[in-house]
Amino acid sequence: MARKCEVVTQFRNTIGLRGHLSTRLQPNHPTDDARGVAASIVDGLLYGSGDAVIGINPATDSPAVVRGLLEMLEDVREKFSIPTQSCVLCHLTTTLELLNKSAPVDLTFQSIGGTEKTNTSFGVNLALLEEAWQATLSLNRGTVGKHVMCFETGQGSSLSANAHHGVDQQTCEARAYAVARKYKPLLVNSVVGFIGPEYLYDGKQIIRAALEDHFCGKLLGLPMGMDICYTNHAEADQDDMDNLLTLLGVAGCNYIMGVPGADDIMLHYQSTSFHDALYIRKVLGLRPAPEFEQWLVGQDIIDRQGQLQPAQKQHLLMKIIK
Amino acid sequence: MDKPKRRNTETDPWSGLKMYTAARIALGRTGTSVPLKESFAFKMAHAHARDAVYSSLNLEVLLQGLHAFNLPVHVLHSMASDRMEYLQRPDLGRMLNQASSEQLKEEGSSSTEIAFVLADGLSATAVNEHAIPLLQLLVPALRQAGFTLAPLTVAEQARVAIADEIGELLHAKLSIIMIGERPGLSSPDSLGVYFTYAPKPGLTDEARNCISNIRPEGLPYSLAAEKILYLIQEAMRKKLTGVKLKDGIGLLQG
Repeated sequence: MARKCEVVTQFRNTIGLRGHLSTRLQPNHPTDDARGVAASIVDGLLYGSGDAVIGINPATDSPAVVRGLLEMLEDVREKFSIPTQSCVLCHLTTTLELLNKSAPVDLTFQSIGGTEKTNTSFGVNLALLEEAWQATLSLNRGTVGKHVMCFETGQGSSLSANAHHGVDQQTCEARAYAVARKYKPLLVNSVVGFIGPEYLYDGKQIIRAALEDHFCGKLLGLPMGMDICYTNHAEADQDDMDNLLTLLGVAGCNYIMGVPGADDIMLHYQSTSFHDALYIRKVLGLRPAPEFEQWLVGQDIIDRQGQLQPAQKQHLLMKIIK
Repeated sequence: MDKPKRRNTETDPWSGLKMYTAARIALGRTGTSVPLKESFAFKMAHAHARDAVYSSLNLEVLLQGLHAFNLPVHVLHSMASDRMEYLQRPDLGRMLNQASSEQLKEEGSSSTEIAFVLADGLSATAVNEHAIPLLQLLVPALRQAGFTLAPLTVAEQARVAIADEIGELLHAKLSIIMIGERPGLSSPDSLGVYFTYAPKPGLTDEARNCISNIRPEGLPYSLAAEKILYLIQEAMRKKLTGVKLKDGIGLLQG
């Protein structure tokens, strides 16, 4: 059923078209080291990843560090004319502070939940979300569209903050989508297995929750992506993620994560790799966002059929790192 | 019939970038898949991380290290009786069992400024390896700065919020819990430090600050100690922790 809901959003490219699957390039580094982050960006781009967003989870919420990362992303994107958007996934109040100091913010990120108390535990409320939305819109940085918000959710966040008022995890999650859609987001994804076995015990529960989340989000008109993931204290492994990836590909999920080797060395969990995205695109005939696909062809990273090309010895992208 | 074509593994010519990050970059590929050798390395790392989740605190070594600070030391236990219960019942890991809370009540009511708590969390290995070296940098510096320290506590089968109850029972203005983080594939021994001003049960994450990934290959002890001392001073000065207390250390240096 979710497959029937086509939800298309735009900023510098077009995400969510039927027959397309995008990826968020997630180049995290445990100390936010600029060269460390850049190395993962090069790896990801050369594997065709990053059309949903190049999105860094910073290890610290320090405004100076976040600003440094934003400027680095801006440099890379402009230098290579990459038709995508960047985001540093810090707390919304940090982004707001930087927005007001003219930092290059494409998208504003925030984790959100399905009860007021959950959002309080995340340090936000609807007024603050509205303020950040308007402030980000006013920068007018999108070229093909005006979707500027990026939200993350996940079943169990209300329960873990003891903010569920006795309501079940899935209902709380669906309510979070009602919050999200008010702000016309570019990207919404459930970080489904990140919360751990306290809330989703094993691979089977993670798979079930992910399909529920994708379905509920799409039904509410959201551009649903999924962080197909698990932690090391859950009864799950990479085989479960391969299964879930295939199921979500069939269900028409808008985007998935691209993490080097599926191993996030900062957030300490496993997601999907650049290779995984290539697999699902290949078996289901899915393509990247059209603008980004054209760029990949222009860079000789893929051919017109979407096949990854043999790696060039001296691709210009490798020069991102001086 | 034609023989199937043999597919060779292609290497990535940017493997030189590995010097900048421990991320699994430049893995190469066989077709579009991760090469077998890298796939095995991933599975091995996953097995090590699973072992860390089921590791336990080395109390003998930890207590020896803690007694050197000449402060009372208490070994406490949460309401989660074992690891299985701990993993499935986060609420129990946030509360002290009865014996433990009574033990702290007997400590008396003199108020202190900072209460350090060591807790296994999701990787006792992290605490076993990094908590004492970090305290060896922090305790002398805090004493020199004139802060009063509460008795030290070690909590088993514990989650972050257990420091709220411990901090309140010890009448501390600020609780600081050093806890084993979720083990990552490349980092089964990562230590996290959470700060909570005016600790009391019922607080949630927006009331805390956190410094994570403390280990020699991540955030090294000296840098971690510097950040912790900065946050302690700021928390005590502003009388708060949480989203309103930003880690402005980079701004000061820059």
